Amino acid sequence: MSIALRATGVRKVFGDCVANRNASLEVAAGEIHAVVGENGAGKSTLMRMIAGMYAPDAGRLEVNGRDVTGWSTREAIAAGVGMVHQHFMLIPTLTVAENLVLGQEPRAGMQFDRAGAEAAVRALCDRTGLVVDPARRVADLTVGELQRVEILKVLFRGAKILILDEPTAVLSPPEVTELWKVLRSLVKSGGTVVLITHKLDEVIEVSQRITVMRAGETVGHMETAGATPAAIARMMVGREVKLVGDERTAGRMAQAAGTAEHTALSVRSLTVASSRRPNEVDQLSFDVRAGEILGIAGVEGNGQTELIEAIAGLRPVASGSVRLGDTDITAWTVRQRADAGLSHIPEDRHRRGLVLEYSIADDLILGLQHRFSRGLALVRDRIGRNAEERIAQFDVRPATAATPARALSGGNQQKVVIARELRGREFSVLLAVQPTRGVDVGAIEFIHAQLRAARDAGKAILLVSADLVEVLALADRVGVMYGGKLVVTLPRAEASAQVLGPWMTGAMTGGAHVAS
Amino acid sequence: MSILAFLIQTLRIATPYLFAASGGVLSERAGVIALTLEGWMLTGAFCAALGSFYSGSPWLGVLAGVGGGVLAAALHALATIRYRADQVVLGIAINLMSVGITRFFLRLAFDSSSNSPRVPGFDWAGATEGNTTAGLGSLLASFSNPLVLVALLSLPTVWWILYRTPYGLRLRAVGEKPEAAASVGVSVARVRWLAVLGAGAFAGMGGAYLALEQHQFTDSMTAGRGFIALAAVIFGQWEPKRVALACLLFAAAETFQIRLQGLQLLPSQFVEMIPYVLTIIAVAGIVGRSRQPAALGRVTE
Repeated sequence: MSIALRATGVRKVFGDCVANRNASLEVAAGEIHAVVGENGAGKSTLMRMIAGMYAPDAGRLEVNGRDVTGWSTREAIAAGVGMVHQHFMLIPTLTVAENLVLGQEPRAGMQFDRAGAEAAVRALCDRTGLVVDPARRVADLTVGELQRVEILKVLFRGAKILILDEPTAVLSPPEVTELWKVLRSLVKSGGTVVLITHKLDEVIEVSQRITVMRAGETVGHMETAGATPAAIARMMVGREVKLVGDERTAGRMAQAAGTAEHTALSVRSLTVASSRRPNEVDQLSFDVRAGEILGIAGVEGNGQTELIEAIAGLRPVASGSVRLGDTDITAWTVRQRADAGLSHIPEDRHRRGLVLEYSIADDLILGLQHRFSRGLALVRDRIGRNAEERIAQFDVRPATAATPARALSGGNQQKVVIARELRGREFSVLLAVQPTRGVDVGAIEFIHAQLRAARDAGKAILLVSADLVEVLALADRVGVMYGGKLVVTLPRAEASAQVLGPWMTGAMTGGAHVAS
Repeated sequence: MSILAFLIQTLRIATPYLFAASGGVLSERAGVIALTLEGWMLTGAFCAALGSFYSGSPWLGVLAGVGGGVLAAALHALATIRYRADQVVLGIAINLMSVGITRFFLRLAFDSSSNSPRVPGFDWAGATEGNTTAGLGSLLASFSNPLVLVALLSLPTVWWILYRTPYGLRLRAVGEKPEAAASVGVSVARVRWLAVLGAGAFAGMGGAYLALEQHQFTDSMTAGRGFIALAAVIFGQWEPKRVALACLLFAAAETFQIRLQGLQLLPSQFVEMIPYVLTIIAVAGIVGRSRQPAALGRVTE
């Protein structure tokens, strides 16, 4: 067995933050090797050093037995090492072909040979079976297509060793299946694949061997055959964790009966207009009772974002009404709604949840600033005390209130948002959208526990998630959105991936609407 | 007033705009804000006057003007690309500094605080100041100033660089998403350095045209032309063809204003506002959607 990649004793420090300490890795040629670890475990940093984006501060990197420590991206590409980044490294205004050849453009005299570039890309598509129209603008592609272009881009540069950083984060289940096929065929034709992920089912499904990282360090490796998700998770987190889906919440239904029947959030015939489709949200109605979690599943882009934004007051409503308890809040401002008891964990914490440049303390009072001021001035010591309390309650790390939110890992950023939304104000209804997206296993467990606790305390929760496993793990009732409509709502006991799947793909929409 | 005379005057007024806007497109498409066009132009104008005066050749004057623009641009590139200074703050600083520096050297070289002595320019028979007689002859004559012709070719050249060369592809990539360009081995710093130096050369040539056209350097002679050029870049939505039209439009408005001055129809200040009002309208998205290069002004690794 020859070794394609080897890292030994690698250390990398950014400012005060030690990203890697004594990280090591050994990948055999011709395998799919999974590198797992929580967010901030240093997986991406290590891979970026292998791809030549940064130089390590200490340690040694080898590719096919050659010492390549501190090489450049250009050298890495020339040696056949290519990386597909977590955030797409594509230029939206350029075409597929232009993106693929960037940096090594074919020339015709002094000019860029566009026709030549497109022909070369077409040839590559034929050879790999990954088909995309080379003349299309990247901005017009779907996420699945973007992923394909990223892989093509790396292959175009002759990569034999392919590093993929969280490639499935944005893909739908069929796209993921497609990706696995591609990776397996790459390996069959002599390639080597390194897969960074924290989704353990993926690891088990596709990899041959696993390396586990924690806090910048490599803490172990194992053969996939014989490994269990629980064992991997234990190694990742360093303790026992409860995995999503382990526990069935259906049993809770009976116990909820005590608190129930008080409607906390009521949406009637809500319509959100759109410039493109007929309506983003179309005549949608539902209730969420106090002490229950209504989970809304569905493929992204079926109006979930618009529905939530309309309820939160961030988007104008064309018709219909939103009631909080007995009060019609359809025409209220965001601040009025929040003060009346509507909390919101937004879909995109960077866009709506946090000001990344703010300190943790300031982000913790975002939208609550009027409660932390006297006259025109903010009351600093109350903000500081509030921050210390929340940081302790929600175990935000690093536990320093002055740290800018930008410096936190995704999981800790999300904890800041959730701490603010759950404890910042008295609330009766919580909108929780993708509450655990891009968050590590340990934080997922914590966030789920917080949501359950809020429900048990009598709060009404509207949970929207593209992750069906999450919806099934938390919700008391499950609905599916498709094409701007709530096409089905079922009690948790009757919901399963098998039952909901066809609704999510629209296969059932020909039939009767079962919306509540 | 004949149409020909109007066209000629428009063209002459548009020339510095076309030059500076070419630089503006090049720099901004690479992600570096071209707030300094004014300063680069002024430096170029002074250097051109200096070069033309001492060499006696307007050609060497142009070369000196280009050199001056490039030098001022190099300072900008060094601070913003190498040392990652804020592009807006630095742009303002360089504009202010170039006023001071040219004034300082004006005194040093020519012992005057207002203007240089007369320097050789591109003179042509029949169409000197005060004698822009209407007729085909004077139209052709204005082309005898080679810089007018070069100016007309400058934005097409920038278009060709952007859309037809490998460097242009990299430049557009760097201006949109530098980290993506870097990940495939394109040197963001190198692409930006080249773009900014090229922009300095274009702006310097615009300055040289001003100084040689007036046969002298006068204190702060660019008088906001760099900003009008930047307005044209924004109004033209960073597309060379549209930017060229914007330059011509602004110049035509100015010509109109000069011609109308005698009639007292409209305060001239209103006409002078046209470029800026149009820019505000463009930026506000009223005329189509204005889309600037995504990485414009962003400091990157």
